[in-house]
Amino acid sequence: MKRFNLSDKPFGIVPLRDALLDAHAGAFASFEGWVRDHNDGRAVNGLRYEAYAALAEAEGERVLDEALEKFEIVDARCIHRIGDLAIGDLAVWVGVSAAHRDAAFAACRYIIDEVKGRAPIWKHERYAEGEAGWLHPEN
Amino acid sequence: MVRVTVLYFASLRDAAAVASESVESDAADLGALYESLRGRHGFALPINRLRVAVDGAFARWSDGLREGSEIAFIPPVSGG
Repeated sequence: MKRFNLSDKPFGIVPLRDALLDAHAGAFASFEGWVRDHNDGRAVNGLRYEAYAALAEAEGERVLDEALEKFEIVDARCIHRIGDLAIGDLAVWVGVSAAHRDAAFAACRYIIDEVKGRAPIWKHERYAEGEAGWLHPEN
Repeated sequence: MVRVTVLYFASLRDAAAVASESVESDAADLGALYESLRGRHGFALPINRLRVAVDGAFARWSDGLREGSEIAFIPPVSGG
């Protein structure tokens, strides 16, 4: 079953949360990444995400498999937007269900950190002063 | 000589002005292929800041080129 998905359209989070409901789960943790209006001291008008879709989906799936192995969780999902986004839009969503909260929080953190660090997805920011550029962080 | 398809993303695509191209090369490995294309397109990113993938899976720079494969150069990622 696919747990990681890229989406080129806005998505609702209620069905994602509902899909994680489980009688065995006493805890649910989620993370939402939103598009903010500034980065590194510059005002940002909006952004675009581009992905190498085949590899991003495979790597995202691997991250979720790892989270299921490393933590005592019931299930997990992650969706990452691609395409054009505006300030305030939901860029990435992670949800984790578990019997207890510690594992839910830890796995949620692991998933967002690893997806950010490994999945071939790139952010192109449009700055208020008119420039635009790709972010290729040093680390 | 082998013929491969090369995929470019983000700043590499902007520099190359194409998302992909067919390349005929006698490069000894994927690292040498990147250096030759870097010379042609003027990519700013050095090889030690990139990763490389072949046919949808991460690969090593020391891997040789296979006829007909799809090679992607992966700049530092910035999702999330």
